[in-house]
Order: sequence, then structure tokens, then C-alpha cells
Amino acid sequence: MSELENKANDGPEDGAHHGTDNGPKDDKGLGLGVIFFMGAFLVCFLSGWLLFPKLLYSKKEQPFNFDHKLHAEETGDCETCHFFREDGTFSGIPGLQACMECHTDEPMGESEDEAVFVEEYVAKGKEVPWLIYAKQPDCVFFSHAAHTVAGGMDCKTCHGHIGESSSSRPYEENRITGYSRDIWGKNIWGIKKNSWDRMKMDDCAECHLEKMGHKGYCFQCHK
Amino acid sequence: MKIDRRSFLGLGLGAAAGVALSPVGVKLTDDSSIWTQNWPWTPVPEDGKITYDRSVCSLCPGACGISVKKINGRPVKIEGLDDYPINNGGACPHGISGLQYLYDPARIKTPLKKNGNKFEKISWDEAISLVAQKLGEIRKSGTPESLGLITGADSGSMAQLFERFMDAFGSPNTYNMPSLESNLALTAAALHGADRNLGFDLDHSDFILSFGAAIIEGWGSPVACIQANASRRERKAKLVQVDYRLSNTANAADKIIAVKPGTEADLALGICAVLLAKNLIAGDVNTSAFAAMLAKEYTPEKVEAITGVKAADMEALAMEFIKAKAPVAVPGKGRGDVGQSLREFAAVQALNALADRLNKKGGVFVMYPADYLSFSENVMDDAAKQGASKAKLAGSVNELVDKLEKDGGLSALFIYNANPCYALNNPEKVKVAMDKVGFKVSFSSFMDETALRSDVVLPASIFLERLEDVVSGGGLAKTVVGLCRPMVKPIFDTKHPGDALILLAQAMGDSIAQSFSWNSYDACLEQVTGKIWDTLSGDGYVVIDDKPPVGTPATDFTFLASAPKAAVPMGEGDYTLVPVDKMRLAVGSMISSPFAVKIISDKVLSGKYSVVEINPATAGILKDGDIAVLKTAMGKALVKIGFNEGIMPGVIGMPRGLGHAFNNPYVAGKGVNVNDLIGPVIEPGSGLDAAFGIKATLSKA
Repeated sequence: MSELENKANDGPEDGAHHGTDNGPKDDKGLGLGVIFFMGAFLVCFLSGWLLFPKLLYSKKEQPFNFDHKLHAEETGDCETCHFFREDGTFSGIPGLQACMECHTDEPMGESEDEAVFVEEYVAKGKEVPWLIYAKQPDCVFFSHAAHTVAGGMDCKTCHGHIGESSSSRPYEENRITGYSRDIWGKNIWGIKKNSWDRMKMDDCAECHLEKMGHKGYCFQCHK
Repeated sequence: MKIDRRSFLGLGLGAAAGVALSPVGVKLTDDSSIWTQNWPWTPVPEDGKITYDRSVCSLCPGACGISVKKINGRPVKIEGLDDYPINNGGACPHGISGLQYLYDPARIKTPLKKNGNKFEKISWDEAISLVAQKLGEIRKSGTPESLGLITGADSGSMAQLFERFMDAFGSPNTYNMPSLESNLALTAAALHGADRNLGFDLDHSDFILSFGAAIIEGWGSPVACIQANASRRERKAKLVQVDYRLSNTANAADKIIAVKPGTEADLALGICAVLLAKNLIAGDVNTSAFAAMLAKEYTPEKVEAITGVKAADMEALAMEFIKAKAPVAVPGKGRGDVGQSLREFAAVQALNALADRLNKKGGVFVMYPADYLSFSENVMDDAAKQGASKAKLAGSVNELVDKLEKDGGLSALFIYNANPCYALNNPEKVKVAMDKVGFKVSFSSFMDETALRSDVVLPASIFLERLEDVVSGGGLAKTVVGLCRPMVKPIFDTKHPGDALILLAQAMGDSIAQSFSWNSYDACLEQVTGKIWDTLSGDGYVVIDDKPPVGTPATDFTFLASAPKAAVPMGEGDYTLVPVDKMRLAVGSMISSPFAVKIISDKVLSGKYSVVEINPATAGILKDGDIAVLKTAMGKALVKIGFNEGIMPGVIGMPRGLGHAFNNPYVAGKGVNVNDLIGPVIEPGSGLDAAFGIKATLSKA
């Protein structure tokens, strides 16, 4: 039943409530409607901006803190840990074996992190289950060699200044997709300021278009 | 103040606007789309340790080395094996999709027994004892020669093992499916002596005269041939293609000589005649009768009338051929298997002989088969000796089909590595012939057209699941024995056909069991390849020979001097229908993989229709893309018309390898089997089915 019909039917019996002189009441209702509108708008708008990101991502700490700056200073370069294997694959996160080329059963230094490393992992011969910030999903094929060796790209272009950090930030995981927050980027709108701020497919395509003159074909990455 | 409907409206609108202006919508849309891609039931390939394993592909006679990439031991990819002496890292579309055969929907998963019109599953023990019992009855009845074998394998230990079984059983009735290898062996036997192969040294030739050979479309060892063609430019080697349509090979050639279909032999003999007339032929060959015939029957004018090649062009071609440093003439149009005549093969080989290109670098090698297998002497009882010494029922598989269809003659038949009910011309007749055999045992891996008609199936593990020696064939100018190794345990309840045969022999008992006293095929292979086993199992291959054989073999021109007649296409019609071989379509016992079928152009297969090539000049009222009825003396089919100015007017080309009819939705039910439309024309003297085509009519559907 339409509103007009409603009014027509209700009119004769319910005159006291609706009456003919209902102009001022309407205004009040409108005012209240505006207040409700504003209220709901503010609550939802602010929740979307502030609460939603907090709910969307869970935070996990790394097994222990890792000091990139210290390691870079000690080893003198990045390649000691992040190197290409003989078959051309890239040692993104070095295995325990690589760590043990410098570390021993004895803690080096007195930090708590070093103690955790030695007791939990070195002594037990267990790989450190690092949480990988830049981890791309399985459906993507990515070759470090093609980008850094053949393309001559700098690590920073994608990974930013992680090599200069002295502590590991918490790993944030998207509760819906299970992806690292770094893929979408810290900015919840997905707006980036630096090339390393986010790493979705469009970001790959953007750089490919700029450098190669073509966004690339699906099968180049999705094999 | 009263909360009314408008308040709620305000609330709702406010919430909607708030959400709309917050990032929730954008982010959730993206996340939910990713979420749907990661549902737990979505199959995701397992991650794990990557390893590579070497093997040899035995899908076709190419015998390429392959590298199988595995993740956690599960094969995930096949690539060409670097530095392998045949394919040197290359691979063809069939080889790289080899893994699809493992999980093919048409794979036979257990031994089967025909019960009425249906197959029922049985155990291996039951299957072996059932076959042993049936064969035992045949032996008891005193007619062991009535066991037949149709096989596609004509080299390597498996071929010899089957041959050994037939001998020990007491039957001479082994028949090979037509292949380039068997045609070349037949040619060598007719011209140079029995038990020889021909190899074409395309890699070192500087002038390749191909008589329709689809050198880059699957002829011979396909990858090796494609690589030989690819290196022509560097070597400054010429390719002249004699053809009646612009095949990919013709397109890649430096020159195309257009001949009427079926007259390639006449052109070859015409060139021989030119060389003879100009006294440019080699040495002391026995050419008297042959020479007289050439001089009389193959004058340039006569050849022009037959082939359509201008006399002057032919003479120029002959001079170019003989003046080249290392010319070679290559026989076998298309893939060189079905629809070939000994006359044509022999004529082309005669040209090689007259031009002194035998056993010369860049020429033709007349080679002895690889002698690396040493089986102990076969134990044959009296029945076996008697049976095996009897005359064969027929001279070739085509003649066998004729004989069986007319008056039977076999009480049991083994089928290994062959799909005659699809691959031979007029398969309907083959099916009738098969039905005349009481008991058929198939050793197939797939429920193909022939396996469907058998009584018992002893399912074979495929090449990725078994150990086997694979000998190079396909007209290669070298002999390489490669080792095919199991890349994965059999996925289903299948066995190595060698093991099935050994079990069967042992179940038969007596002398047959004594001939097959190995514990397994693997043990047998190690023993019989004793001479080369260490290198074979260590390196994965042994190069038996890759140099030109020493000396020049004698050539006997008697067959050609007897003036064998050219095959005449059967029936009547305005057009000559010829099958066209395509690289992406497998033929013979091999069936294309789903991947291969997927990459066929719509100029070959359009929807469910085979596309026939026709020159617009002779298309009449038919238009490009029309559906037409193609009629021959053998039958009719609905096809799609594909205009192609590259095919000779009056000739229509139809792709070979389509129109399978068995349970594989990715491969079967697509297009028409061109063999259904062509009737065999058996060549006297060779027994080959020389039907290169058939007369046909086309009318609008």
C-alpha cells in the first residue's frame, strides 16, 4: 500500500494524531531525522576510519626482535644474508644455517633477543618462524633476479628502509584474507607516498608500465 | 520529541553515508574478493622442495630427453633436457603436456574384462589367469599361430619382449602399425638390404629437398627436425618443399615446388632421369633396367604432364640439387606414416643414391639397427617351433585387416602401443575385422577406440611411471638409446606391460615360462642391456652411433625398375581430399592431450567441426565459414569450410588427429577422423596403404 493511500485511509479515523495542521510536526520530525542522520553518520564514518582498521588486522610479534641496522653494520653489506642461490632463487629470509655462519651456540652479546635465538632455535636446531612482511600470495610468481639483477632495481624500491631499522615492528595480518598488511599498505585507503608503501598487482603494473612500456601479461606472474 | 519513521530513515541514511565515506567499502570489497579466492576447498598446489629428474619421452618416436620438475616428489612440469643428443633442451607441445596423460579421464585404472557390452573390474591375478587360460586353450588346440600381435613399437626391449613371447608361443603373426620408421625400414630393405634403417642428416645438409615431409610439423623426431630447420639460416642451407599446400614447412622453405597430390614419386624419378640424361649420377650402381625405364617413362615432358611441375623448373631443380655440396632428398609426406607408398619412398631414396648421398655427411645414412640388446636364446617347444615357422597370415597390418574381415584367421589378438580402430584408414572395416577375432587383449593405458573393443585389458603404466629403453627413430641420422625412468609410482592399478607379459608367460608355464624367467621387467632390462647398462643408467642415454656409416651401400633398383603403379585415389568427385598433419595434433596410437587440443587454431578445429582447407578458386558456391557435407566413397561428414589460397585448386585438406570417440571430454567428440572418410588402397609388393587421399564432393549443408 502506498503512503498516499495510507494517509487517505487513516485520515478520517485518526484525525487527532495526524490532523490537517501537521506542518510544524513535520519540521520536528525532520530535525530529529537530521540529528539521527548526523549521529549515525559520525559513528559509522569514524568507526570506518578508526575502528575498522583495528578490527581488520590482527597483530603478531616476531619470534624475537631483529636488528637489521646492527647486522648490516657487522656484516658490512646486505648480500651476506640476502643472496642468490646457485639455481638463481633468492634467499629472502636466510635460514638458520646462514645465521650460523656467524653465530655460534654461545650468545653474541647480552640482549634478551639473542638469548631467545640461541635457546629456542640454535640449541634446538629449529628454523626461526619469521613472519614475512612482504610475503606475496602463492598465486604470484616473482623473481628477485629478474628485478634486481636483470632490471637493476634497488631493494629499497619495494622494501623501503627496512635495512636501517633496529627493531622489528609487529606483523599485521588481514583477518579476512590472511595477507600481510604491507601488501595493501599501512594507509587504509591504499594511498601510497613511496613506491614501497604497498605492493598490490596494480603497483606492479604501474612500475612495469613506466619502465617496460607495458603493464605485462597475466601469465608473467600468474603461472 | 517523537521518534518516528523519519528518524530511522535519518539513522539509516546517516549510517550509509558514514560507511560510504569511510574506507570500509573499498577495503572490504577488495578483501572479500581475495577471500573468495582462498576458500579452503580451492585446490592449491602443494609447496615444497623442488627437484629435477631426467627421463626420456616415449610419446612419439622422437625420443627426446626430458627434465621433470617435482615438488615434494610430485611431478609438476616437463621441460626439454639440456644437452640431450636429440633435442638439446627443446620440447614439443605434446612433451610438455605429458603430465596430463597421468590423470587423463580415459586412463584405464584397473584390469578389465568384457562382460556383454560392458567392462567389469577384475584383479591382476584374475586377468592374468584368464588370458593364460584362453591362450592355453589355443595352444592345446594345436594352432598357436592363430595368436596375433598388432604393435606400434618396433625397436627397443619391449618390442623384442613381445616378439619373444610370440615366438615362444609359436606364432609368426606380428604386425606393425605403419610409421615413418617402418616405411623407412621397408625402403631400406627394398633398396639396400634387410634389417636396416635410414637416417637423414638434416643438421649437416646444405640443400634439403623435402617431398612433402612436414619437417617442422611433426615429421621424424619433431624437436630435432625443428632445430635442424632453425639452424638452416646460420648454415646457409636451403630447403625446397615439394607440396600441394602451403604447410608451415612450405612456408619456411626457400622455394616451393607445387605438385599434384600423389605425384611426388614421379617428380623424384623425373629428377633422377634428368641427372641420368646429363650423366651426373654416381658410380657403378646397377641401373640398367632402371635407367632404361627412367629414360623412357620419365622424360621432362611426361613428368610435367603427370606432376604439373614445368619441365624447365624440374631440370633447374635437378641441377640445383646435384650442384649443392651436401644435398639430401627427404621422403614421407606429412608425418610419413599412414597413406604412404613404397614407390614414393623408394623413388626419393633412389635420387639420394644416384646423387651419391648415401652414408655422406649431410646425406642419408643407411644404418644398422642399434645392436645393444642381448636376450638369451628363446626356449621353444615343438608346438612353438612348428607354429612360428608357418607363413604369416598377411604381409602387413592393412592386409591383415582385409584378411580378417573376409575370412578371419586369428583366434586371439594382442594389441600393444597401437590404436588401429582409429589410426588406419576406414576404421569401420578395422572394427569389423577385430570383431572376427575371438579374444582380444589390449595392453593400452587409455580406453581408446581399440581398447574399447577388446575382451581383456591389462592396463599399462604410462611412460612417466615406468622404466624402459627408448631408441631414437624417426629418420634421425644417429642412434641414441635413452632410459625412460619412472618419475612417479603408478597412479592407478596399472603395470608395466613388460611385467604383465612376464606374469602372463609364467602363468602359461612350460617352455614359455622358461623363456621369461625374470622376476620383473626392470631386472630383464638390466640383464639384456648388460653391455651398456652402466652408462645407460648413469648418464641416462648412450649414443650408439652419430657418424656416417663407413662405405657406400649397394642399391638395388629392381623394385623401381618393375615400374610399380602409383596409387589412384578411390571414388569420384570434384575434389581430392588429403589428410593434413599438424604439429599440435597427435596421430597414431598417441592421442593429443587436453592442452594440445586447447592450442589448436580455429582454422583447424572450429567448435565441433573439422575445418577443411579449400582454395577459394574451386570452392564454387561455398563460402568461407560455411558448414558443408563432405562425401567420399567411404562416408560423409559435416565440416566447416576454411578458405586457404595456399592449397592447390581442386585439393581439400582436412586435419588428421581429430574425431576421437572415447571417454575423454577434452579430446574426444571434436571434429571428424579423416581416416573415416578414406579407404585403404593397398600397394602391391609392399602391403602399404598408399591412399594419400580420396576423391570427394562438397555440398552446402
